[in-house]
Amino acid sequence: MNKPLFELRGLCVSYGSVRAVHAVDLQVSAGEIVTVIGPNGAGKTTLLLAAMGLLPSQGDLWLDGAQVNHTEVEERVALGIGLVPEKRELFGEMRVEDNLLLGGFVRWRQGQRDQHQRMQEVFALFPRLKERREQLAATLSGGERQMLAIGRALMARPRLLMLDEPSLGLAPLIVVDVLKAVTQLREMGVAILLIEQNARAALQIADRGYVLEMGAIALQGKAAELSRDPRVIETYLGLGGGTHAT
Amino acid sequence: MDAQIALLLAQDGIVNGAIYALLALSLVLVFSVTRVIFVPQGELVAFGALTLAALQLGKFPPTIWLALAMGVLAIGVDLRRALNGDQISWRNTLLWSTLLPISACAWATFARPTSLPAQVALTLLICTPLGPLLWRLAFRPIADASVLVLLIVSVALHGVLMGLGLWFFGAEGSRTPAFSDARFTFADLPFNGQSLVVVGVASVLMLLMFFFFGRTMLGKALRATAMNRTGARLMGIPTGLAGDLSFAMAALIGAVSGLLIAPLTTVYYDTGFLIGLKGFVAAILGALVSYPLAVAGALLVGLLEAYASFWASAFKEVIVFTLIIPVLWWRSVRTHHVEEDE
Ligand SMILES: Nc1ncnc2c1ncn2[C@@H]1O[C@H](COP(=O)(O)OP(=O)(O)O)[C@@H](O)[C@H]1O
Ligand SMILES: [Mg+2]
Repeated sequence: MNKPLFELRGLCVSYGSVRAVHAVDLQVSAGEIVTVIGPNGAGKTTLLLAAMGLLPSQGDLWLDGAQVNHTEVEERVALGIGLVPEKRELFGEMRVEDNLLLGGFVRWRQGQRDQHQRMQEVFALFPRLKERREQLAATLSGGERQMLAIGRALMARPRLLMLDEPSLGLAPLIVVDVLKAVTQLREMGVAILLIEQNARAALQIADRGYVLEMGAIALQGKAAELSRDPRVIETYLGLGGGTHAT
Repeated sequence: MDAQIALLLAQDGIVNGAIYALLALSLVLVFSVTRVIFVPQGELVAFGALTLAALQLGKFPPTIWLALAMGVLAIGVDLRRALNGDQISWRNTLLWSTLLPISACAWATFARPTSLPAQVALTLLICTPLGPLLWRLAFRPIADASVLVLLIVSVALHGVLMGLGLWFFGAEGSRTPAFSDARFTFADLPFNGQSLVVVGVASVLMLLMFFFFGRTMLGKALRATAMNRTGARLMGIPTGLAGDLSFAMAALIGAVSGLLIAPLTTVYYDTGFLIGLKGFVAAILGALVSYPLAVAGALLVGLLEAYASFWASAFKEVIVFTLIIPVLWWRSVRTHHVEEDE
C-alpha cells in the first residue's frame, strides 16, 4: 500500500475530564474514500474537529509526512485539509457566490487568483448551486446547503476533505446526488474521510472503513469486508439499518 | 421657527450626523467582528484632532510615544505567546507594532511636515496603529470572554486613554484651521466649506466602506468572521486578521472624525467621549449589527440634537440620550416576538 496522505496516531480528545475519543489510529490515502461509521455519540464529530484543530487533542497528526499537531486551523486549511462540518457553518447572510468565493480565501492569500475558475468547477459538480448563485445561503434547502458547504470547502483545493454526516437530514434522492459527487472527488485524487451514521450508503462508496464505538475503533477493514461482517450487519445494516437516528 | 432657520438647523444636524454615522459604522464593525463595544473610540477622535493641532504648532505629538510604547508591549505579548507554542503571524505584528509607529516617528522627527495634507496623513499614520495595538494588548488575550467582560475592559481602557490624553495634551483645548474656508449661499441658505468637507469626506468614507465590504475579498472575509467565526476559520481566515483590520478601521475612522470636527469646535482631551457616545446611540439604533440602520440612526441623532439645541438647548444632551430608551424598549419587544416565532 502506498504511503497514507493523512494519518492519526493515538488520537485522544477530552471534554473536560470526559474522554470522547480514545487512542484512535486512522489513515487516509490520496484517491481513497475512508468512512468512519458508528452510533450517535460515538465521538465521530469530535474526531473530525480535533483533526481540523478546532478542538485540542493528544496524539500525532501527520499530513504528507509532516507533523501538523501544533498548527492552527488556518494553517491546516492552507496545508490542504478541508472540513465540511456537521453544522455546515455557512455564511447565511451572504450570497451563494460569496460563500464560494470565501472558500478560496487561503489560495487568494497565497497569491492565487483562480477563484472564478474554481467556482466554475464547483458549479459543474453541483449545477444546482449555479442556479442559486445570487441567493442568500440562509434561503437554501437542506440539500443545497450541503452542496454549498462541500463546494465551499473544494474552493481551497483540499488534498484531504473531511465530511461530517453529509447525508444528515437530506431526502434519499439528494443523498444519492451528494454521495455521487463525493465519488467524483475521489476520481480527482482527493483523499476523503467520510463520517456517516448512514452506514449502508457510506460503505457502498467507501474503499475502507472504521467502526467507532464509545470513542474507540471497534472494527476496521475494507468496506466490502465490513459490509459482510456479522457485527456490522446486525448493528448498522440489519433491520432497516442506515436510517438516521436523528 | 421659520423655514430658513429650520433648514440651517438641518444643515447643522446633517454635518454632526455624518460624524456620528462614521463612528456608529466603526462601532458596529468592531462589535460584529470582535464583540467588543469600543468605548475608547471617542478618545481616538480626540487624539486625531489634538495630534493634528500639535503638529500644526510644530510640536512632536506625544501620541507617537504612545504608539511606540504600545508597540513594544505588543511585541512582548507575542513573544510570550510564541513561548507558549502559539503560532504568531510576525508580519502583522511587526507592521502594527514597529513599522507604522517607527515610520510615523521618523516622519515627525526628520521631515516635519508643514503642509496640511502631509500633517493629516501623518496624524492618520500615528493614530491608525493604535487600534490594532489596543486590540492586541487588551482584547485579544480575552477574546472569548463574555460581552460584559469585554465591555468592562473597554470602559477601563477609555478611562486610561482619557487620562493619557490629559497628560499628553493638557486641559486646554485646540481648534485647527478649517480645511476649506469657502462660504457661499445657495437657495438663500448660507453654506460654509468646512461643513461640505465633513459631509463629503464622511460620504466618501462610507462609500469606500460599502465597496470594501461588498466587493473585496478582505472585506467579505471580515463580514464572514462577524457572521460565523467557525465558518471563517474553516476557510483559513485568521481570526487575528479580522481583529487587526476592524480595530485599524475603527481607529482610522475615529481619527478622521477628530480631524473633521476640530475646525468646527474646540476639542479637549475629553471631547471625544460625548461624540463617541452619540455615535454609540446611533449604533444602538442599528442594534449594533445593521450598517444602514446605524447611518439612519446617526442622522436622526444629529438632527434631533440640532433642533433640540434650538428649542431647549439646556436639555439637548438629555433629549438625545433619552432617545435610546424607547428604541431599546421597542427593540426588546420586537426581538421577543421574533424569538416566539421561531
Ligand atoms: N461540547 C461538548 N462538551 C461535552 N461533551 C461533548 C461535547 N460535544 C460532544 N460531547 C460528548 O462527546 C461524545 C461524542 O460526541 P460526538 O463527537 O458529537 O459524537 P457523534 O458525532 O459520533 O455523534 C458524546 O458523548 C457527547 O455527549
Ligand atoms: Mg456527530
